[in-house]
Amino acid sequence: MGLGLAMFSNFDFSVILNSWRYLFFDGMAFTLTLTALAAIGGVVLGTLIAMMRLSGLPVLPQVAKAYVNFMRSLPLVLVIFWFYFLVPYIGQWIIGSERPIQVGAFSSSLITFTLFEAAYFSEIMRAGIQSIPKGQSAAASALGLTYWQSMGSIILPQAFRNMLPVLLTQTIVLFQDTSLVYVLSITDFLGAASKIAQRDGRLVEMYVFAAIVYFAICFIASLLVRRLQRRVAIIR
Amino acid sequence: MTSSAMPPVSPVSEPQAATDAAPGTGPVGTLLTERPPVTATTGPMIAIDDVSKWYGDFQVLTNCTTSVTKGEVVVVCGPSGSGKSTLIKCVNALEPFQKGQITVDGTRVADKKTNLPKLRSRVGMVFQHFELFPHLSITDNLSLAQRKVLGRPKAEAEAKGLALLERVGLKAHAHKFPGQLSGGQQQRVAIARALAMNPIVMLFDEPTSALDPEMVGEVLDVMVELAREGMTMMVVTHEMGFARKVANRVIFMDKGEIVEDAQKEEFFGSPRSERAQTFLSRILSH
Repeated sequence: MGLGLAMFSNFDFSVILNSWRYLFFDGMAFTLTLTALAAIGGVVLGTLIAMMRLSGLPVLPQVAKAYVNFMRSLPLVLVIFWFYFLVPYIGQWIIGSERPIQVGAFSSSLITFTLFEAAYFSEIMRAGIQSIPKGQSAAASALGLTYWQSMGSIILPQAFRNMLPVLLTQTIVLFQDTSLVYVLSITDFLGAASKIAQRDGRLVEMYVFAAIVYFAICFIASLLVRRLQRRVAIIR
Repeated sequence: MTSSAMPPVSPVSEPQAATDAAPGTGPVGTLLTERPPVTATTGPMIAIDDVSKWYGDFQVLTNCTTSVTKGEVVVVCGPSGSGKSTLIKCVNALEPFQKGQITVDGTRVADKKTNLPKLRSRVGMVFQHFELFPHLSITDNLSLAQRKVLGRPKAEAEAKGLALLERVGLKAHAHKFPGQLSGGQQQRVAIARALAMNPIVMLFDEPTSALDPEMVGEVLDVMVELAREGMTMMVVTHEMGFARKVANRVIFMDKGEIVEDAQKEEFFGSPRSERAQTFLSRILSH
């Protein structure tokens, strides 16, 4: 009771002023780096998975489908844990070394988010590729373009542009999801806020501030995406 | 002309002059700035031999056999669903077929060893819905395949594209995007795009069917010009005026079969089959 009163009776927001450099230059920098790299990796891998799924070749579509369904059936936190604790042992087993290989929290979380988000991005890119009329790839083929040339110059650029707003919206979700790396004790934005909060005993101030920052960034990003949506549309 | 059951057909409206700088008025006045590349064989340019195709249990093509010789203009007509578009798409292997043989300039299209992209780059195709690439400018639409497939340098490819664009009367639109052009203009760009690859033969799949009536003429003008310059052409169309004007032969298809394959005069004068007579009387009666 006494502790509760001491914690809530007087808010002291100066804790933010004292720690903003740490919060943003350490925490937010990490969050944004992870978001950007995982989004790029996820879109590239997701596009490949989508192409596998639509390839019409034997086996590949089933493999891609199984991967996507598997990833989408697991809670993200579990995947983060799983990778962090098990990958060193799997790596050890693969290369046959004596000790578990060192992956590091950052690499581990980057790989995890890339693989996890690829499942979601692949579904977006699959819809994007399917939205391009069949005649486009027929025209590309008729001109003598190979499958990869047709994909690279004709189909994917259009699919990507059509899907850009959805891809960015998914990236905003990814930005929020990166806060789950706290389970690996990584200092992302939320992790940094959490550490300051506990060190200075200012839980409410710090978590309110963190919530406001996440909200502001996501809200502004969503507005920008909506504005972008109107500009990138391809006139047909 | 021998007496026939068909009433003499009145001339169908001639292709009207294009509104937007008549095609074929460029400095050279031709669409083919150079002779079509030398062909490999002296045989027919396209030989279709006993081709059959099924979608599951449904047979769309039944034992189709015909050929197109160099410099010939062959019009393929018939009611919708008769398989004419499917047949023309088999020629450059956009559609696979299960039985028979098609050779283009001596190369078997269904052979696994055939380098399809290379073969297709020598066969120009114009589609019903134009299929310009909407995310690329007209200039890029014209030069992309030249650069990627033929390995032409950027400057050369763009110059070639621009020259052809001028000949179809659209030079002023080079910087625009396909969505900014009318249907007729887009289709003329599509023809120029195919010609930029120096094809040995051109395939047209209902090139005017998706156009507003007032734009049909400007596209047909370009095609007539092309035919007069000696391009080998296989044209799926309902434009009997075009067939009458430039075709050498007319193929009539119905229910996946080639019902009639005759010289133009013979086809329009006295079609042998009842189905062709019915089709002609329907299409020409109004």
